[in-house]
Amino acid sequence: MARRFDVRAQSGFATVALFTFFLLYLPVAVLVAYAFNASESMTAWGGVSLRWFAAAWQNDAVQGAAWRSFVIAASAATIATIAATMAAIATTRTPPYRGLSFKYAFINQPLMVPEIVTAVALLIVFSRIKVWTGYSGLGYLIAAHAAFCIPFAYLPIRARLESMDLTLESAAADLYATPWLAFRRVTLPLLQPGIVAGYMLAFVISLDDVVITEFVKSGGQDTLPTYMLGQIRRSVTPEINAIATAFLALSVVLVTVFFFINRRRTEPQPAYGDKA
Amino acid sequence: MEPSAIPALEAAVDAPRVAEHAARRDLTGRWLLSAPAMIIIFFAAIGPLFVMLAYSFMAKGDYGDVKLGEFSLDGWFSVFLQRDIFDDTVTLADAHLSIFWRSLKLSLVTTLVTLILGFPTAYFIATRPLRSRDVWLFLITIPFWTNLLIRTFAMQQVIRNEGILNSLLIATGIIDQPLQIMFTDTAILLGMVYVYLPLMVLPLYASMEKLDFRLVEAGYDLYAGRLGVLRRIIIPLVRPGIVAGSILVFIPSLGAYVIPRVLGGGKTMMLGNLIELQFGGGRNWPLGAAISITLMILVMVALLFYVRNASRLGAQHG
Repeated sequence: MARRFDVRAQSGFATVALFTFFLLYLPVAVLVAYAFNASESMTAWGGVSLRWFAAAWQNDAVQGAAWRSFVIAASAATIATIAATMAAIATTRTPPYRGLSFKYAFINQPLMVPEIVTAVALLIVFSRIKVWTGYSGLGYLIAAHAAFCIPFAYLPIRARLESMDLTLESAAADLYATPWLAFRRVTLPLLQPGIVAGYMLAFVISLDDVVITEFVKSGGQDTLPTYMLGQIRRSVTPEINAIATAFLALSVVLVTVFFFINRRRTEPQPAYGDKA
Repeated sequence: MEPSAIPALEAAVDAPRVAEHAARRDLTGRWLLSAPAMIIIFFAAIGPLFVMLAYSFMAKGDYGDVKLGEFSLDGWFSVFLQRDIFDDTVTLADAHLSIFWRSLKLSLVTTLVTLILGFPTAYFIATRPLRSRDVWLFLITIPFWTNLLIRTFAMQQVIRNEGILNSLLIATGIIDQPLQIMFTDTAILLGMVYVYLPLMVLPLYASMEKLDFRLVEAGYDLYAGRLGVLRRIIIPLVRPGIVAGSILVFIPSLGAYVIPRVLGGGKTMMLGNLIELQFGGGRNWPLGAAISITLMILVMVALLFYVRNASRLGAQHG
């Protein structure tokens, strides 16, 4: 039987693609494997063990850093999501007005500047404010994180709003709902998936941040990523692999949830030749 | 009570004025609503950049920081030039130039390699049946959202002297001394390709997903070969994705800090590390500020190139 000619096939592409997937997952697989290594050494394999997870769990510095990471991510994501929701409502479902594109540029600015540049700029300003006010708490980190989380939270919320028209809100207004009531009972419930997606994105982005945190933090304010960065410089033990693996697992869970929330709304186009 | 005709008539006369008033109120409301986001970004992102611009024109302090308000061009002077301490001759700052050159070179090569690997990968995903396509896409999305530092660290474990790559090569007898990959340009390149690859695949996939394969079929009907179809039909159609992916990889590569710090060590620096050095051991904040702004300008140029390219493509196909 002659093989049907497939217009979509390109020779060698599948091989390169599979090789790419292999490359993407090999290093992470090695990292995770060594987290379960019973041996002290980073080279020899000494059987499967959870001792490095136990060691990390009992390490006060790791516990403190993990808690700080969580507090910063939760606060920054909350602030960013509220601010981004308000900004998204202000910039969608309207005929273009003066300053609209200025607002887009302003809100997306943190995405346009290399992180290291923002980091040293914040170092300059915050170090002076720290001296002037004497306050050196987590507030600086939360503010810095909230700022770069806003564009990430804004994206899905804006996308969601743009897919909603004003009919339902107009109907609510016709039924004598005040603007606030219409917002709370109509707009907000419809907008909820976008807000959840935005919050999760902001949370993950804040949790992952290394560079800005590294430059803004005061002494003793390590988050999990900056703690790991410091450790990688010194002697490397499988304990870091264990921390990284736990961190990885958390990110994968968050991303999976996010992926499926998003997937439900935007089904991909069927490929050419697919049976409907 | 019967509604009288008179207020209705008045309202009709007033309608344009009322509408205009409502529009103005709506606009004020929209500015108030966007205020919190803009204020946060102003104070913790944009504002500090202007402060940094000012710092780049000040004299450096003796122990870091600057002498506030003391104007000096030394910071900018030192970006590309240096003055000999003995005879005051001005020469090019070779150390800085070589770091600028390394950053540009490594970013360009990273973009190229991710494109070579990413293009077939995105094409492969886009041509899968609908159900398995989701799985492949998910497999790209996961590394995209996992921590950059962790992925860099993972790469370090593969390429270090006692790492899996060297162990494997020695075990198979291909080499007998471990390859020194760590702390070289190659290490940084491998790290950047590995970390930024998803940034190339995702926009490429987005444009390939929309590819109309009837055009490809038409190409074959007109006796084009596989390569001809790829070169004359597929690549021109997905060009917006190629441009977007290249920009998305090039820009963070240029400003990379974590990857060269972990894989390049102290000797093999990129711009990000040069900036950090000025704020740390170098104690030359004005110079650090000037290099940061230079880096920002390089990124702006790349973005401008992208915007111009995108609008031209839009005009072509629109």
